[in-house]
Amino acid sequence: MRTRVFVTLKPSVFDPQGRTIAAALGSLGYGSVRDVRQGKYFELDVDAETPAAARTLVSGIADRLLANPVIESYRVEVDDHGTEPS
Amino acid sequence: MARSRPEAGRAVRFPPAPPRRAGAGMRPVKFAIIQFPGSNCDHDAYHAARYVLGQQAEFVWHKETGLRSADVVVLPGGFSYGDYLRTGAIARFSPVMQRVREFAATGGPVIGICNGFQVLLEAGFLEGALLRNRGLKFLCRHVHVRVEQTDTPFSCAASVGQVLKLPIAHGEGNFHAAPETAAALEANRQVVFRYCDAAGTVTGGGNPNGSLHEIAGVCNRRRNVVGLMPHPERACESALGSEDGRVVFESVVAAMAATGAA
Repeated sequence: MRTRVFVTLKPSVFDPQGRTIAAALGSLGYGSVRDVRQGKYFELDVDAETPAAARTLVSGIADRLLANPVIESYRVEVDDHGTEPS
Repeated sequence: MARSRPEAGRAVRFPPAPPRRAGAGMRPVKFAIIQFPGSNCDHDAYHAARYVLGQQAEFVWHKETGLRSADVVVLPGGFSYGDYLRTGAIARFSPVMQRVREFAATGGPVIGICNGFQVLLEAGFLEGALLRNRGLKFLCRHVHVRVEQTDTPFSCAASVGQVLKLPIAHGEGNFHAAPETAAALEANRQVVFRYCDAAGTVTGGGNPNGSLHEIAGVCNRRRNVVGLMPHPERACESALGSEDGRVVFESVVAAMAATGAA
């Protein structure tokens, strides 16, 4: 089952990379971009009976390894249609 | 880069002077230097312990499940696991870390330097986290830190307010903690080293990376585990531009002698 994990810095944590990207966009003329936050994106293909089981599994993985709860939060998405044939 | 031992007769002190604080008949303090794939200050720490301080030192590979009866554990600097995911995030799961956890739980002195500090934070030995430097640049230069607390095994030979000139070499050294965690660190006197200027003034001007409260190093509540971003092991001999880091290692030798373990 295909799952996706989005890890982002907590809103209270300063993101110098996002700030630098935002400044670069400003200098490129994208004045409408107010802010940029940079994060990480993971795709995990897991064996699970149900989407709920996959979510539980991947959330545990995110808690333990993919995100540092001191500075980051995460969001999990599960593909309900199962693993796409590749 | 491979490092060779300094030759006798050169400016670097070798063979070393006998340990200053260990009395006659005392066995040397034994340092375990943990090696992760990507550690690169392991030999510096070994050199400082073995040849500058005149103590015993052994490398311990991260897959080992024992600490070889060491008195002190050093998690050295470097780029363990290529800094993949987050600095220290994967090294914390190395088999040897369970032994280090048990060692720390019995009060054994553990120091994490730079990447070792990052590992200790990821593993939950210490509170807080290290973010990208505020200016995004990898910083490699000497800084000044002020000794804030001397009741840890790695600062007991220093004096409060003592200014140490130490090198830093990191891209992720920006100490961060939630407000309540930072308040607890201060209230419990867990900030051991703080960035300052050459005169020892902590105003923010000496802060190279944006660290909260100018924090360069902290300890746990039990005070036996210390982590810091600057490299004391690279500042133990005048040939390296500073000898100020030696007091960190002299402290733990003195601490072990005081407990009668050495």
